[in-house]
Amino acid sequence: MVHEVPVSSEYRYGFRDRDVSVYRAPKGLNRDLVIEISKMKGEPDWMTEFRLKALDIFNAKPMPTWGPDLSAIDFNNITYYVKPSERRGRSWDEVPEEIKKTFERLGIPEAEQKFLAGVSAQYESEVVYSSVKKELEEKGVIFLDTDTALKEYPELFREYFATVVPPSDNKFAALNSAVWSGGSFIYVPKGVKVEVPLQAYFRINSENMGQFERTLIIVDEGAFVHYVEGCTAPVYTTDSLHAAVVEVIVKRGARARYTTIQNWSNNVYNLVTKRATTEAYATMEWVDGNLGSKVTMKYPSVIMKGEGGKADILSIAVAGKGQVLDAGAKAHMLAPNCTATIVSKSISKDGGAVNYRGLTMFGKNAKGSKANVKCDTLILDDRSISDTIPYNEIKTDDVVLEHEATVSKVSEEQLFYLMSRGLSEQEATQMIVMGFIEPFAKELPMEYAVELNRLIQFEMEGSIG
Amino acid sequence: MSQTVHQPVLQIEGLSVAVEGKEIIRGLDLTVRGGEVHAVMGPNGTGKSTLAQALMGHPRYEVTGGRVTLDGEDVLEMSVDERARKGLFLAMQYPSEVSGVSTSDFLRSAINARRGEGNEIPLMEFVRKLDRALKALEMPHDMAGRYLNEGFSGGEKKRNEILQMMLLEPKIAILDEVDSGLDIDALKIVAQGVNEMLSERLGVLVITHYQRLLNYIRPHYVHVMMQGRIVKSGGPELAEELEAKGYDWIKEELGIVDEAVGQEA
Repeated sequence: MVHEVPVSSEYRYGFRDRDVSVYRAPKGLNRDLVIEISKMKGEPDWMTEFRLKALDIFNAKPMPTWGPDLSAIDFNNITYYVKPSERRGRSWDEVPEEIKKTFERLGIPEAEQKFLAGVSAQYESEVVYSSVKKELEEKGVIFLDTDTALKEYPELFREYFATVVPPSDNKFAALNSAVWSGGSFIYVPKGVKVEVPLQAYFRINSENMGQFERTLIIVDEGAFVHYVEGCTAPVYTTDSLHAAVVEVIVKRGARARYTTIQNWSNNVYNLVTKRATTEAYATMEWVDGNLGSKVTMKYPSVIMKGEGGKADILSIAVAGKGQVLDAGAKAHMLAPNCTATIVSKSISKDGGAVNYRGLTMFGKNAKGSKANVKCDTLILDDRSISDTIPYNEIKTDDVVLEHEATVSKVSEEQLFYLMSRGLSEQEATQMIVMGFIEPFAKELPMEYAVELNRLIQFEMEGSIG
Repeated sequence: MSQTVHQPVLQIEGLSVAVEGKEIIRGLDLTVRGGEVHAVMGPNGTGKSTLAQALMGHPRYEVTGGRVTLDGEDVLEMSVDERARKGLFLAMQYPSEVSGVSTSDFLRSAINARRGEGNEIPLMEFVRKLDRALKALEMPHDMAGRYLNEGFSGGEKKRNEILQMMLLEPKIAILDEVDSGLDIDALKIVAQGVNEMLSERLGVLVITHYQRLLNYIRPHYVHVMMQGRIVKSGGPELAEELEAKGYDWIKEELGIVDEAVGQEA
């Protein structure tokens, strides 16, 4: 299994194509810039006002006093908006060669192929390629970049935008609300089941550039959608900030799955707010893979407002040298008979720190609800650390909460066993790690599982010998 | 018409091994050639398993003296995986469990590690070999899809060790207490698997506490280990004698009071 994944050595060291951006905002953040961004996008007044209000909230809110150290982020040294081309590509043919070349050099042809099948891709701050498969259109599914959605479906957009994550939620949600750009917008009409996963490709390719995409997904009653985003980034020398907001609204009896693999370069602050709400008998599934970054703070959440809601949150986090991954999950059960299943797999190596931070909340109407939390940690060497920080809030009787946490090290016996069959120490370690995250990998679409294998392999290459 | 068959040779000369500073094996000599089956027997605590682990290169076993060569190459200089790729195999007494890694994926990786890059086993050939070995060991087909040794019974683990041996085709195989935890039917099947592989290309070192395995895998040579050394060697009749009379007569013959390691004669 380990041997079949092709290795692209280029990827590891990063690369950068000539910058094709047409407009690049000056560094730093103020009201004029926010107004400028909104004007350039031709937004309605309510959005401009929303952005400005969010900016005030951002300025007023202190930095989080808990979690990893964020003091090195210099908000005045970040480019808040970059527009790569004047025109949005309507088909793959129209996507600039320069950009295609960059995607190719990412060395992930499997995922690239999927672009042609009906995917939107985010390149820098703007979506350059966005097309919806014809059959999706026929079913009434809307799949657009968020900016276009605001233009084309203003009422639908306004009805749901910022209803799950208001700007006041946290400092980085406020920042995103002020300067957001790009991201995906999906609306799935009642009863429509989208069989093909909808995919987006994200990438930061501009030094010191913040990426503030905003994703909004509405799955109407009885409908289903699986949205997949993957992220790779080349290596840069100065710090970058990624502060995205993802909102998912899952209506009665509907189901949504949101799959992410992120592999930011080691200088990115990845501070993402992902939250879903479920109505009665609706299911939300987060599948969240986090590799790379300097600091990640990400806790995919589900607020179960309706009876019988279901949340499945499956995540992995891999922290290497100089990295702090503070990841986890939040399940708020606010109605009777809800179910939350949280599985977290954490790996730390080369002195990295990986934490599981999670919240399981049973509200006073949560009678008959159940939550099962399982956190497994694999520590690869003595320099690396891990912590499990579960919070539980229980405001009613008659609920079940199970929590299980394991911490293990790659044992000498396991390594000896695998090596005694001819595998090198690196191959053996990789195999143990791949086995550890297998429950996660098997939930991924095929090409993403292949990609994850490769990313893990890159991660492991540096760590041994 | 003559066909050259490579007959491997494992040569152990004056081997001494310590665990946590305590010398367990002291000056052991043994030569195993292709086509031969050697049995190393002896009571508990005499260093039999230490011999197996040290030959494979377990990091906790420190070689303090002597030489080990496989086809003239210095084994002690090699890392564990190099030893394996050169054709040494150890069927372990307590195989590790590896969650999330299917037995068949593991086997294919191991075979390919042995064969080297650019010479990977074609998938269909692998499937055929695996099927044949599973059938020979009367293992259910879905066993190969299960995670490596995870949730396997003691007997299933032992069969899995022999399955790996059949697929990896080593030059020298060391079977460490492969009979423990096996009922008589399973023992017969495992022995059958080993016997099928016997040829000039394979030398086998069977480490066992009990003689009963040797009813099914007939050794050419039997060695008795006490106090970290081979104290007596003979043919298959020695195993039968041990079965009938126990170990005490050897101790008397050699003037050994306590056969365990660390007790002087």
